[in-house]
Amino acid sequence: MSAPLLEVDGLRKHYGRRIGCAEVSFTLWPGEVMGIVGESGSGKSTLLSCLAGHLASDGGQILYRDRSGHAHAVANLSEAGRRRLAREEWAYVHQNPRDGLRMGVSAGGNVGEPLMARGQRHFGDIRAAALDWLERVEIAQDRIDDVPRDFSGGMQQRLQIARSLVNGPRLVFMDEPTGGLDVSVQARLLDLLRGLVRDLGLSAVIVTHDLAVVRLLADRLMVMQGGYVVESGLTDQVLDDPQHAYTQLLVSSVLQV
Amino acid sequence: MSGYNFAYLDEQTKRMIRRALLKAVAIPGYQVPFASREMPMPYGWGTGGVQVTAACLVPEDTLKVIDQGADDTTNAVSIRAFFARVADIATTEHTRDASVIQTRHRIPEAPLREDQILVFQVPIPEPLRFLEPRETETRKMHALEEYGLMHVRLYEDIARHGEIAKSYAYPVRVEGRYVMDPSPIPKFDNPKLDDCPALQLFGAGREQRIYALPPYTRVESLDFEDYPFKASRPDHPCALCGARDSYLDEVVIDDAGGRMFVCSDTDYCNDRRAAGHRGEMAAPFEEMPE
Ligand SMILES: Nc1ncnc2c1ncn2[C@@H]1O[C@H](COP(=O)(O)OP(=O)(O)OP(=O)(O)O)[C@@H](O)[C@H]1O
Ligand SMILES: [Mg+2]
Repeated sequence: MSAPLLEVDGLRKHYGRRIGCAEVSFTLWPGEVMGIVGESGSGKSTLLSCLAGHLASDGGQILYRDRSGHAHAVANLSEAGRRRLAREEWAYVHQNPRDGLRMGVSAGGNVGEPLMARGQRHFGDIRAAALDWLERVEIAQDRIDDVPRDFSGGMQQRLQIARSLVNGPRLVFMDEPTGGLDVSVQARLLDLLRGLVRDLGLSAVIVTHDLAVVRLLADRLMVMQGGYVVESGLTDQVLDDPQHAYTQLLVSSVLQV
Repeated sequence: MSGYNFAYLDEQTKRMIRRALLKAVAIPGYQVPFASREMPMPYGWGTGGVQVTAACLVPEDTLKVIDQGADDTTNAVSIRAFFARVADIATTEHTRDASVIQTRHRIPEAPLREDQILVFQVPIPEPLRFLEPRETETRKMHALEEYGLMHVRLYEDIARHGEIAKSYAYPVRVEGRYVMDPSPIPKFDNPKLDDCPALQLFGAGREQRIYALPPYTRVESLDFEDYPFKASRPDHPCALCGARDSYLDEVVIDDAGGRMFVCSDTDYCNDRRAAGHRGEMAAPFEEMPE
């Protein structure tokens, strides 16, 4: 059995005296998708930002094991080290595609940038990879030279996903990847994500307050409230037989999917 | 030259600029901040270059100033006159006779030597500026050698125009480390930056940056394997001297669409004509400048 990809132990982040997240511990194994759900303000984004090293945590451990088997303490990484992992091992899908795309650069340039950042210098190869990825996220190939500013919200989000996956990341962080989209667009994106997660065997941590998203994508689930993880386990188990009162409320308050 | 310190700037300012220059030479292609001074000319007229030149000049120097390759444009003439007045140094229009050459937009055609200094006037020193306007971010990108963005820019060119359309200020990589903007010289001049025997100094007045290429520095123009860099020039000989190896300016000669291509480096063109070379529009018994 292979070693865990991510080991989190007693993670804590405060904003002044307010708790961002606290006492978070979990292990993510290769090929596993972890869902994080909870109401607004429960600490989901805070947790994800700490995991990806965007935010400095106040306590606890985050260990990430890279391709070569070397374990990095994410909190202690230098800026250069963190950026290297972000470039070569991870991907981050933002809720707002604006935060993850260059709006003035063509779709092909957006998808090609991570390749160029890793030293690819063959235009034809970069363009072929971009075309391939546009197809995989269901964007017509003849849009390759258009800028994302001219794309719909759903297309922008799919482009962001293509850009984040083109380098073959080992771990993908997603913060509300279907948020801010209307329902039919959400459904299509969710379908696409499910296909990609399955085909690529992605490891991911997905933050959402949409239970449908975790039902479809996540193997395991953590439920957060007030910065703490109040319940965790296999997704189906937690959703079908919630133990904690807050989870029960959460599950009963949405229409069953 | 009474009333002025030698070369206009006071000695303390010159020392400050020389310290920046030494640092720039020690880290080729790295942009060193310096406290740019008010000069008796507006920004955009080469205040950065003028300050670098002032800090380098010694009384024995012979100065040449060119603008777009020509010694006789307003900008070149006034900077040359300025230093002749405030430093009382010799000036020349001949590349081979100059010890210091200040330039805007060109590198002379004549090969440079180890005993020469070439000073470039730079409007915008940051090659990453167009895609990343935040200075804090571009500094980090230089520090961490994150230059993917530069290639995104070239990618966009090829995607849109079928080739790298950028013909001026074409970005280079210095000694395999820093990416540098060579100032708005035509990309035709880029190969001259590489392995050049002369010391090359770059001054940006408004942006308060100095950078440098020490003699014999490796300078590569960025490109793609399947779209290699090409130092292009119009495919004509010079109409006056017949040169096929020089950078040409297109000159409109009448109101009927007539035009001619002539060397942009006037000194080079004059030298060739003095040596008897003739282009197809040269006057048969032309009087040659001294
Ligand atoms: N930059 C900040 N400064 C101060 N407090 C913050 C900051 N960011 C978040 N918080 C607080 O930390 C707590 C957790 O916020 P977080 O953004 O992680 O929640 P979330 O679960 O992602 O919510 P949402 O579903 O609305 O995105 C909240 O009480 C929030 O007000
Ligand atoms: Mg959030």
